[in-house]
Amino acid sequence: MPAVSKGDGMRGLAVFISDIRNCKSKEAEIKRINKELANIRSKFKGDKALDGYSKKKYVCKLLFIFLLGHDIDFGHMEAVNLLSSNKYTEKQIGYLFISVLVNSNSELIRLINNAIKNDLSSRNPTFMCLALHCIANVGSREMAEAFAGEIPRILVAGDTMDSVKQSAALCLLRLYKASPDLVLMGEWTSRVVHLLNDQHMGVVTAAISLITCLSSKNPDEFKTCVSLAVSRLSRIVSSASTDLQDYTYYFVPAPWLSCKLLRLLQCYPPPEDGAVKGRLVECLETILNKAQEPPKSKKVQHSNAKNAILFEAISLIIHYDSEPNLLVRACNQLGQFLQHRETNLRYLALESMCTLASSEFSHEAVKTHIETVINALKTERDVSVRQRAADLLYAMCDRSNAKQIVAEMLSYLETADYSIREEMVLKVAILAEKYAVDYSWYVDTILNLIRIAGDYVSEEVWYRVIQIVINRDDVQGYAAKTVFEALQAPACHENMVKVGGYILGEFGNLIAGDPRSSPLVQFNLLHSKFHLCSVPTRALLLSAYIKFINLFPETKATIQEVLRSDSQIRNSDVELQQRAVEYLKLSSIASTDVLATVLEEMPPFPERESSILAKLKKKKGPGAVSVELEDGKERGELNDLHGGMGQNTSNSSTPSPSADLLGLRSAAPVSGATPSAGSLLVDVFSEAGPAATSAGVNDDGFLSSAPPTAASEDPAPPLPESDELLNKFVCKNNGVLFENQLLQIGIKSEYRQNLGRMYLFYGNKTSVQFVSFNTTVIGMVFFLNVQTKTVEPLVEGGAQVQQVINIECLTDFIDAPLLNIKFRYGGALQNISLKLPVTINKFFQPTEMAAADFFQRWKQLSQPQQEAQKIFKASHGMDTEVLKAKLLGLGTALLENVDPNPENYVCAGVIQTKAQQVGCLLRLEPNAQAQMYRLTLRSSKDTVSQRVCDLLAEQF
Amino acid sequence: KWYMQFDDDEKQKLIEEVHAVVTVRDAKHTNFVEFRNFKIIYRRYAGLYFCICVDVTDNNLAYLEGIHNFVEVLNEYFHNVCELDLVFNFYKVYTVVDEMFLAGEIRETSQTKVLKQLLMLQSLE
Repeated sequence: MPAVSKGDGMRGLAVFISDIRNCKSKEAEIKRINKELANIRSKFKGDKALDGYSKKKYVCKLLFIFLLGHDIDFGHMEAVNLLSSNKYTEKQIGYLFISVLVNSNSELIRLINNAIKNDLSSRNPTFMCLALHCIANVGSREMAEAFAGEIPRILVAGDTMDSVKQSAALCLLRLYKASPDLVLMGEWTSRVVHLLNDQHMGVVTAAISLITCLSSKNPDEFKTCVSLAVSRLSRIVSSASTDLQDYTYYFVPAPWLSCKLLRLLQCYPPPEDGAVKGRLVECLETILNKAQEPPKSKKVQHSNAKNAILFEAISLIIHYDSEPNLLVRACNQLGQFLQHRETNLRYLALESMCTLASSEFSHEAVKTHIETVINALKTERDVSVRQRAADLLYAMCDRSNAKQIVAEMLSYLETADYSIREEMVLKVAILAEKYAVDYSWYVDTILNLIRIAGDYVSEEVWYRVIQIVINRDDVQGYAAKTVFEALQAPACHENMVKVGGYILGEFGNLIAGDPRSSPLVQFNLLHSKFHLCSVPTRALLLSAYIKFINLFPETKATIQEVLRSDSQIRNSDVELQQRAVEYLKLSSIASTDVLATVLEEMPPFPERESSILAKLKKKKGPGAVSVELEDGKERGELNDLHGGMGQNTSNSSTPSPSADLLGLRSAAPVSGATPSAGSLLVDVFSEAGPAATSAGVNDDGFLSSAPPTAASEDPAPPLPESDELLNKFVCKNNGVLFENQLLQIGIKSEYRQNLGRMYLFYGNKTSVQFVSFNTTVIGMVFFLNVQTKTVEPLVEGGAQVQQVINIECLTDFIDAPLLNIKFRYGGALQNISLKLPVTINKFFQPTEMAAADFFQRWKQLSQPQQEAQKIFKASHGMDTEVLKAKLLGLGTALLENVDPNPENYVCAGVIQTKAQQVGCLLRLEPNAQAQMYRLTLRSSKDTVSQRVCDLLAEQF
Repeated sequence: KWYMQFDDDEKQKLIEEVHAVVTVRDAKHTNFVEFRNFKIIYRRYAGLYFCICVDVTDNNLAYLEGIHNFVEVLNEYFHNVCELDLVFNFYKVYTVVDEMFLAGEIRETSQTKVLKQLLMLQSLE
């Protein structure tokens, strides 16, 4: 019986550990440690050469001190010396120290690699294993460079001991994961695959992890592993519980190896060879049969081991998705687990059933468990189990059970944990729309959603309900009535006020016949909420009021009075004041005809996919890039909807249909009634996305205080604020780049692949012409190819000229090109330099990927230089929608349901340059409590990771 | 024990986070917790928690039993293992781990084979 006697080993170490444990306080512990460190240091520095034992003991003490959480900055050399000892115990401590405290000191790495090399060629299996374990534990690139060639040889050599083979296989796996480019299997492939046939089960267990990893990367090269894996699995599955002796665990033959074999098969489609396939189906049936047999032991270890195999088999069955019989059997088995007393099994059954629900063969079978799952949602104590139940309900929902499921989810929402509410809301909204047969049910559901969980209802959800109501005239009256009733509640959520304001403004007339909801009652109801709402909602309400004046002339006097009150017409918020002034004017000077035309009912929205659905689709993968593009468009349009009610009040002669839709939402004074200098650039304000609203106003305030520019013939140095200006355009493409008393520069830009086109609009804000107007783009020839068309040298007072700039990205870059503008105004030379808002992220192509792919790629980019990370304080609010809009604006795809923590965001994209494409992964972890973010970028190019990280860190 | 690259501060933070999410769970909860992009499979033995952090797609029960298999080996090796054994012999525990789990994967599952190997190593100087 092997056992460690308590007194063996190093006495000095044991004494030291006891001392530490006996310390009464942290201070005493630190004192004791410092004493020991001083002692060890003096021993290492002393003239007397230390013997191996002492060296081992001191190194081991240092290690212990390090593991307690203290820094260790010496002893590395002594540890390296131990590596060349002939004694196992000394060598072991040396390797342990190196593995735990690896230090990239180049001198040491050379010595360590040397020692490893000696041990690998020692033919002593114990030493070889120590060396291999060290490589496997450290896994550095230097080690891969030194040993990636040697290890496959050791792995497949005929005379290598089994235990060494096991270590070599996993050592190679670690090197492959860390530096795939350095591990070339080539000639070894077939011999590695044949390790699946090895006599020694331990060798197979270790080798299969390596083979699975390699197969998932190069399925074709390794496809011979399928038949070998099937026959190995078949032998295990059909063996009696005692056949495998050492490898039987609680009466289950080789559970871990079985799982690994089943996992390997999931890298491939079903075997084409009929005989192999038959054998595999037989195995899967046997595994399912065994689940029904009475247990051979009451121990939980027995059932866990057995079920581990069962769940893996079910994963494989789902992966193949081609055997209806097996799928239904799997579903029935999981159904039994749904009511099992083990929480683990209930959890895993819910999780596994979720994937079964999406197979056409088992969808119906899954649906039969609806009551059990609903019950789980209500009664499970562990929130993660409830979460799985909610996921499963969502997955099993179809037209036949949508009403029941949506009702259950809604009632669960009232008590749901905060952590999962937002996701639940999204799911309910999607299901309600997807399976709505009558739209009054849909309207009820969404209004309920807002009532129950208003804070968690994202903008998309309420935009969408309005779109649908506008487009379906059969539901408009009902919607008006319902929303009117919902607004009666003394405390209702702001989102409800938004929906209410919008719908009553459009369709209030449909319920005005009822004296209980007469026009004035409607107005008073809405206005009673006004003072409780935020600025954007108030703006929306003001638009609803002007619509009321048109719908119900009898409310005109009341509403005009409200608009005329100081709190509106002199509101400190520009947007509100603007609306109040314009609406008041409009209502008093326009004839009823004009008013009716201007404030006509909103035209139907073009039918298109819901943005919430698009979100759902995105996570489903292929073809998703196009969805992504549409989504971008949609956000713009949805936003139009937000403020677009008063769209027609802007009589500006802008030709772009998208621009006039934007109407009052933009921060710029867009107005036909009160032309001002600011309205020159109406058409460049087609900025969408919630982030823009607040930014716009600040821009103006900030820019008007820009300092006067230098007057010299040479291009002026860039304005001190040009970096800040640049940062404003990282996540958006359109807006006002610059403004001073004379000049306003607006930008519109679009990017495709590695090409970009930018429209610059120079507006002369004065009444005097600019002469010798001239612009140049400077710099960056190696990185960007920039073509500009020259502009007319004369810009009339009040006029606007446009300039097109074509940009080609040659390779990744850091600094933005400079835009220099020179002109004479009343004889004085104006000379302004700005940074052209071209940043590397503009050349992102969004990339959709499933969670598994994401993590795989993430891991592949694990070298320290490929990663850039920043932890920083939030400088704006941490609103989810704003964050999402910014991340989308960055140009990457925002991947939903990838990060297990729903608070986090992950994105993926490829930067397209002429020279190369750089794949880029991003993770943003907000910490709302601390108001901090951690941002991590990984890409195949260090400069890109760093630059994107720097750019984005300024955005939040 | 780390199978991926982290710097020391990050390691310390991870340890604290794992501690925080695992120790608050009660016995009726599952033995699985989602954690960052991974999941933690844990098992409690008296006052000691053994935790493994694995990919979200990995087999929960297989790792749950992997922990138990490991603990049974420790128990044999140290004769009714207790926390103190693990503290005083921390450097031997590393050896046991490496025998059973390497590069973040399962290396050997046979208790007999692992114990035989440990006994052999024990006899070496």
